[in-house]
Amino acid sequence: MALDKSYLEYPERSYGMDHERYEWNMLSNRKPIVWPKGKKIALWVNVGVQFFPLNQKGIPFKVPGGMTKPYPDLRHYSLRDYGNRVGIYRFFKALDKYNIVPTFAMNTRLAERLPYLTGTIKDRGNEILCHGYDMDKLHYGGQNIKEEKELVKRSLDGLRNLTKQDIKGWVSPAKNESENTPDILAENGITYFCDWVNDEMPYNFKTKNGILTAMPLTTELDDHFIILNNLHSAEDWKHQVIDAFHFLLQETETQGGRILSINIHPWILGQPHRIKYLEHVLDFLGSHEAVWSTSASSILKAWKNN
Amino acid sequence: MKEDPGYYDYWPYENRPKIKWPNGAKVAFWVAPNIEFYELNPPNNPFRKPWPQPNPALPGYTSRDWGNRVGHIRQMKLLEKYGIRGSISLSTALCDHHPEIIELCKERNWEFFSHGIYNTRYTYGMSEIQERDMIKDSIETIYKHTGQKCAGYLAPALSHSENTLDLFAEVGTELFGDEAGFYSCDLFHDDQPTPIHLRSGKRFASIPYSLEMNDTIAYLVQKITPRRYGQELKDNFDRLYAEGAESGTIMCIPTHNYQVTNAHRIKAYEEALEYITGHPDVWVTTGKEIATFFLDNYYETSLKDIQEKNNRYGIR
Repeated sequence: MALDKSYLEYPERSYGMDHERYEWNMLSNRKPIVWPKGKKIALWVNVGVQFFPLNQKGIPFKVPGGMTKPYPDLRHYSLRDYGNRVGIYRFFKALDKYNIVPTFAMNTRLAERLPYLTGTIKDRGNEILCHGYDMDKLHYGGQNIKEEKELVKRSLDGLRNLTKQDIKGWVSPAKNESENTPDILAENGITYFCDWVNDEMPYNFKTKNGILTAMPLTTELDDHFIILNNLHSAEDWKHQVIDAFHFLLQETETQGGRILSINIHPWILGQPHRIKYLEHVLDFLGSHEAVWSTSASSILKAWKNN
Repeated sequence: MKEDPGYYDYWPYENRPKIKWPNGAKVAFWVAPNIEFYELNPPNNPFRKPWPQPNPALPGYTSRDWGNRVGHIRQMKLLEKYGIRGSISLSTALCDHHPEIIELCKERNWEFFSHGIYNTRYTYGMSEIQERDMIKDSIETIYKHTGQKCAGYLAPALSHSENTLDLFAEVGTELFGDEAGFYSCDLFHDDQPTPIHLRSGKRFASIPYSLEMNDTIAYLVQKITPRRYGQELKDNFDRLYAEGAESGTIMCIPTHNYQVTNAHRIKAYEEALEYITGHPDVWVTTGKEIATFFLDNYYETSLKDIQEKNNRYGIR
């Protein structure tokens, strides 16, 4: 047997990327960024506020963290729900105690279902970004474009209406996209999105409807990734975040300001046996003189002003 | 198919009415040993394979049988040492297979609650009548062998239908009125008891049975080391003890006699038990006693607070 001869043809083989969305550009070659008030590290604490429906359809895949057992998977449903009911109130207390400014990434369906929680987040005045409709409404390659346009519009209209914020940021469920997602986001008033984990600083991302900024929300320090995928302990998560901070701080001595992004979930770190380690991290970072704790859009604004 | 189970309302974990456990305890602490029987040749279920290998699946079967032959006594002695009565999540066929274990637990006044007949018979695919019959069999078996009117339920292998909690409550009422079928361990959404909506309107509570502290989840899913498990138990307790000063919390350690009692794991478990029971404001109790106390003292208060909280920002 043999493969078709096209398998040994390389039409995108030339300098730079194999697509037109952004420029090839190494971080170390860029102009140093200066953060306000001489701070070195912009801290972006991103809290995922998610709804995993019990009647998960899993199209085109079962979302990580979703239902795994036959219907009705009360086990995973209620463990996820724990975060929105119990864990997030531990988060609020810890964030406020250590003067950390969070950004909340909310599923629109969650905001619809839980007026109390949505009202509480809204009253706090923190930035909210849209995390898609719910964790089972994935954006994926080959998705019908009409269907995806309707999904994005429903998610954004719904969340903007419920929170009264003019939402500008987006992170897709499971950070998964179709080939059209960035174009549709730009068309719907989104200015930055957080699905591409290929950089540590913001960069320009081309769409059919103008430029988006790709914001670096790393998966590497995500509590879901470290604790549930890699099966490291919450204590180890803490060490990894603090080690990352020290390295980035050192890098700022020769390069510009850096961003430490931490994507966390109340159904994971909000558990009573884990919350202490989140508190240690927030305490350490919140009291460090090099840290500028702020929202995703403030970081973006400061970056654009450079 | 529903997007949520509909058993409970949203109830934010802030400013809840203060629960005071007996003697001013901050944490109601209970240990739930699962005493299970897994079959060597279970029938097929269309929705879940009982074992990864074809029957006879020795690796899974024999390690669980080891739990009953070797591990049970070890854990029983340990719990006794720290003044803990187990609340047994029971595969009720074990009453027929291993009555010696039932006798030992009876002598110690442990609680027995239903965990189905066998842990290799799943609820998936059962008709409502079949599930009802299975639950009824399990409650009757517990009564026949122990004289206890079964108060609590944890579905076998956590396999559920949309009606599981309703059926359990209804069968409890049919057999023993309000004395049976009034709490569930099947939901993991909270660290305090929650009123549960049932189609019968029966007073019924969800009692936290922490899956996160469950030894099987810790060892087989999270794959943590024994010492880490011991530390997680202590961390979990510390937080619930601190928060319990505001309103009483619940800590449960669900165990399996084939996991936590292994010679290389039991020391970390013992250290955690010693640590927890060494604190002054701990109510060392059983699932049924917590559920009864909650239903008698805080059920209405909780419903009222849930209503008020949800009115604050409007109900969806």
